[in-house]
Amino acid sequence: MTNALFSGLVLGGSVIAGFVGSLTGLGGGVVILPLLTVAFGVNMRYAVGASLISVIATSSGSAAAYVRDGFSNVRIGMMLEIATAAGALGGAALAAYVPTSKLAILLGLVLIGSLFAPVNRETHGAQLSPPEPATAGRLSGTYPGPEGPVHYAARRVPLGFGMMGMAGLLSGLLGIGSGAVKVLAMDLAMGLPFKVSTTTSNFMIGVTAAASAGIYLHRGYIDPGLAMPVTLGVTAGSLTGAMLLKNADVHLLRLFFRAVIFALGVEMIYNGWAGRI
Amino acid sequence: MSEYSEHRMESEMGVLLRAGVIVACSIMLVGGVLYLLQQGAAHESYQAFRGEPAPLRSVSGIWREVLAGNARGLIQFSVLVLIATPVLRVVFAVYGFTRQKQWMYVAISLVVLVLLAVGLSEHV
Repeated sequence: MTNALFSGLVLGGSVIAGFVGSLTGLGGGVVILPLLTVAFGVNMRYAVGASLISVIATSSGSAAAYVRDGFSNVRIGMMLEIATAAGALGGAALAAYVPTSKLAILLGLVLIGSLFAPVNRETHGAQLSPPEPATAGRLSGTYPGPEGPVHYAARRVPLGFGMMGMAGLLSGLLGIGSGAVKVLAMDLAMGLPFKVSTTTSNFMIGVTAAASAGIYLHRGYIDPGLAMPVTLGVTAGSLTGAMLLKNADVHLLRLFFRAVIFALGVEMIYNGWAGRI
Repeated sequence: MSEYSEHRMESEMGVLLRAGVIVACSIMLVGGVLYLLQQGAAHESYQAFRGEPAPLRSVSGIWREVLAGNARGLIQFSVLVLIATPVLRVVFAVYGFTRQKQWMYVAISLVVLVLLAVGLSEHV
């Protein structure tokens, strides 16, 4: 296959992956990996490198909008980024010593596990009234609700911090954003409102990925001929998905994509198990 | 003088992130077109992992490739811009929290920055 044909096909596949990742809330990274490794026969290490770069682009691009809307909490995000960045460094350092077949199985488990994570529901969380005064740690915040600002505060911070370390580790190992684990840590463990959790997670993904990106680059995981169509495609697909989410009822489409992701997860585990990746 | 509000810091952060992604993707697009013009008919294989050649693995090497007019180098340069975007966001947070006199968050941001620097250093 010539580079031109390969780039075109990967670009098309990446647009679809970004679109599916955005509609399901899982992110483009976890969707592009099975596509590259299974459909295009790309080595897992190159695939992981290209995926990680696309993750930085989509996260930073969409975080810009979320930060403006006032839902993401920059302070909580920054504090937890200590855990995700440290985890990502560990994961990226470890990645070279883990056989690709094991990485494939891990990715399959993450894909299937992510389907059970809460990706889209009404915002809840520990709502405080009257608002607590800002404490020294200030792990609290407000978000714009329909009837004025809603106050919230984080609890079980050490547990959330630990889960964020795991999210970073997975991100560094697999070149994914691990948004699902980050949302779990903030929403379930720390009791933050759901919308705050998802937008802050998105905000954090770029820094988490940047922590491992340098290690990937030095190890030669990032190939420009692959990273280019993957990053441009996933970014375009995610933007399209985000626009559709705003303007259309995507319930059925999302259900279908979740089934696809389940199948991809099984495929990764099978291929890893059979030693084909 | 009006206070440097958290909201203002966040919206400036948003502008920074968006600008970084737009610049990086534009360079990547130009590099991609050049790459396909230069090497579109060649056959690159990604099945076996060999690792990138040394010049495409380091900042100084990538810069030399860009100056030499190598399209793969230009794409790799856009990757560097993309990686720098969240890093700059943390640098900006150090500045923003300093202006707000939130010293604890200045310290937290600096710790994140150190972790990022560890990953980007060439000795890991």
